[in-house]
Amino acid sequence: MNIAANQQPDVQKEDSMLLQKAMINANYEALASAHDEGKKISSTFVPGNLNELLMCFDLVRNLPEINALQAGMRKKSGGYIMEAERGGHSEDVCTYVKSDLGMMAKGQVGPSGKPLPTPDILLLSYTGCFTFMKWFELVRDQYDCETAMLHVPYQADGKVTKNMRKFVVAQLKEQVIPALERVSGIKFDIDRLRGYLAESAKAEDDLVWVLQSAKNRPTPIDAYFGGVYYCGPIFTAFRGTKDTTAYYRALRDEVAARLDLGLGPVTPDGAMDEERIRLVVEGPPNWTHFRDFWKMFYDEGAVVVASSYTKVGGVYDFGFRHDPEHPLETLADYCLGCYTNHSLPARVDMLTTYMDEYSADGFLVNSIKSCNSFSAGQLLMLREIEERTGKPAGFIETDLVDPRYFSPANVKNRLESYFQMIEQKKARGNARTAA
Amino acid sequence: MTVEEIVRRCQDLYDDLDFKLVQRWKAAEKGRKAIGHMPVYVPRELIHAAGMLPVGILGGGDQLDVIHGDAYYQSYICRIPRSTIELAVTGRLDCLDGMLFPSTCDVIRNLSGMWQLKFRDKLIRYFDVPQNFDPNIGGVFYTQELQSLRDELAELAGREVSDDDLRASIALYNENRRAIRELYNYRSAEPWQVPTPEVYLLMRAGMVMPVNEHTALIRNYLAAATKTKRHIKDNCRVVINGLFCEQPPLGLLKSIEMAGCYVVDDDFMLVARWLLEDVPTTGDPLKNLSDAFIDFSMETSCKYVPEKKDKGKFLIESVRRNSAEGVIFASPSFCDPALLDRPMLQNALTAQRIPYTAFKYAENSGQLQPIREQAGTFADSIKLWSAA
Repeated sequence: MNIAANQQPDVQKEDSMLLQKAMINANYEALASAHDEGKKISSTFVPGNLNELLMCFDLVRNLPEINALQAGMRKKSGGYIMEAERGGHSEDVCTYVKSDLGMMAKGQVGPSGKPLPTPDILLLSYTGCFTFMKWFELVRDQYDCETAMLHVPYQADGKVTKNMRKFVVAQLKEQVIPALERVSGIKFDIDRLRGYLAESAKAEDDLVWVLQSAKNRPTPIDAYFGGVYYCGPIFTAFRGTKDTTAYYRALRDEVAARLDLGLGPVTPDGAMDEERIRLVVEGPPNWTHFRDFWKMFYDEGAVVVASSYTKVGGVYDFGFRHDPEHPLETLADYCLGCYTNHSLPARVDMLTTYMDEYSADGFLVNSIKSCNSFSAGQLLMLREIEERTGKPAGFIETDLVDPRYFSPANVKNRLESYFQMIEQKKARGNARTAA
Repeated sequence: MTVEEIVRRCQDLYDDLDFKLVQRWKAAEKGRKAIGHMPVYVPRELIHAAGMLPVGILGGGDQLDVIHGDAYYQSYICRIPRSTIELAVTGRLDCLDGMLFPSTCDVIRNLSGMWQLKFRDKLIRYFDVPQNFDPNIGGVFYTQELQSLRDELAELAGREVSDDDLRASIALYNENRRAIRELYNYRSAEPWQVPTPEVYLLMRAGMVMPVNEHTALIRNYLAAATKTKRHIKDNCRVVINGLFCEQPPLGLLKSIEMAGCYVVDDDFMLVARWLLEDVPTTGDPLKNLSDAFIDFSMETSCKYVPEKKDKGKFLIESVRRNSAEGVIFASPSFCDPALLDRPMLQNALTAQRIPYTAFKYAENSGQLQPIREQAGTFADSIKLWSAA
């Protein structure tokens, strides 16, 4: 890849980040021109998205959360949210929803500046978050198009039961696939689906390798701030494509090269020199001040070695891969297995495992006002993990895309105090070991 | 019994945050068990059929001092989970042998996990209901979920929960729902005779009483109420909506009526009214419960509406059926389902030229004067608007 050589970015970026940016922009272009080219558009959510299935019907894929996220990073979400609130939406509810609705109210221009056309089908894969169901109804209220709904039961007891899988597969067979056939005019071809699923599995192998490279010291990646880039293609409109397989192979090579050289993660200010604190982070990041937020970590030598947010669109590092031999069942298992569809005890177990396997010094929760699916119960999770690991835990509060809820001074102050606490604890531990 | 005596009894139950009635019920016979459940809906028939007492857990209201509960939640999360945790960690829920957490919202869902982490010795179950209303898909899934719950309750009970047990319980709950329908119909016809705070207390009593006693209580109340002539006020008729989970302070309901509104329909304690018709008492009881859920259950913000054209229809039908003149949306702060739903319901009402007003509350709201003023202004505007 020589994209970096051809561009003059104002901050340092990995080549893979630039490649991904190009993929996202191309998708926005495809959305903008889809109807002119006689193509149909689907709109669907990230967790439990059925990208491989949608590709079987040649649908161009729009993801409202990604639009909101991108609007946040491009400083547009604040205006959208206030527009939605002026339209009667409560200040208490999810800002992804309000950013999306505000964007629609302001003329439905996407983050790239290109118009986002009306979708031809709304597909709700209702996974791990009730707000999606309401968001879907709110979006449906604005359009006059076909809708398909997939109810994915919650893994309350930490396992996928036969009844759950059967239920999801039945919905896919009897309702979702017929709706997609109707809208697209294309007959479902299960072998085409198998092909995409096989591509997904290859990319998933490489993604897991990249995420697990953070077990090394120093870690060649930041598994939260960098991680959100790494999981971007596989969580969104690209999983199952050959481009995505190529992206993850390139990413893996890039990370392997850094690992061989003993280099730390690439941050917007260049490669991180010294790794002083290794963290596991729970919760989504803030998007409106993403770079400032990240800087608060790398300025202090803090790097995230594992995070839950990079599992929100699929948990792959405990063995799950899309399985072309069982196409519909594997889609069901994928939907059922997304991070926020796991029970709190399962989430605690997962994070405790990360603390151990990634040799973390601390556990940090970034609690998001918008997202009850993540946030409700996080204070108990924090106590449980602190108790189980004996490592200090920290807690900060921000929001996804509402700039009003990102207070830089407060967040920085809390983080600095927390990092000092970790270093003191580490120093005491080292002193005891030396003695 | 007089109306006053019945209402006083219900008020005592409402005020009792130690669930003494449940404790007494359990103590009356060795081996009795009680199962708590959060809003909005669980099939209480199954709990009853296992010989257990279903107990509605609806938070701590405005009388509970929440000390521990706040340490479990961020400021932007609603009140009901924190006061429920408070009830639990202060031992007030020790009389319960299990807890069911229905698929109401992300907060109640995650509360099930908090219970799993903190109270491992109890039966704890997240109870999923289908958002797919095809009997061959959602119905089949739900029937199996009911079977799974039946098995868990049977294990706890130490005995089989037979089809006959279940049919008998369904019959009792059918009777209870009939009595509640009579109460609601009476209030709708003569709202001055049945003040809403009294309806609320009667419904709350049903959250802790055995079902047959609750049915008798409602019937006794109806008999007593018809003998007590109360003054008709120049109030407007409203439907209140959004109170299906976190409970309003009783003072809020009193304030609405004092402000000039007769409440002619509401969404209190939907678990007791969820199934809109009698569930058949012959045939496969699990399938019957499942079919009832699919075919004739209530609509609330926690339930998906499959067709765009039907959004808000249930509320509009309630307005029409009860000859209401407007709707008051009273939503708990930070309640995702209610607050996300509200703009869509408001749009549906606007299209039908049905006036509405909206405010938020918390279970421990103390300042009710602004709500009274808002409800009063709404009532005045309805009267002026109707007169025009």
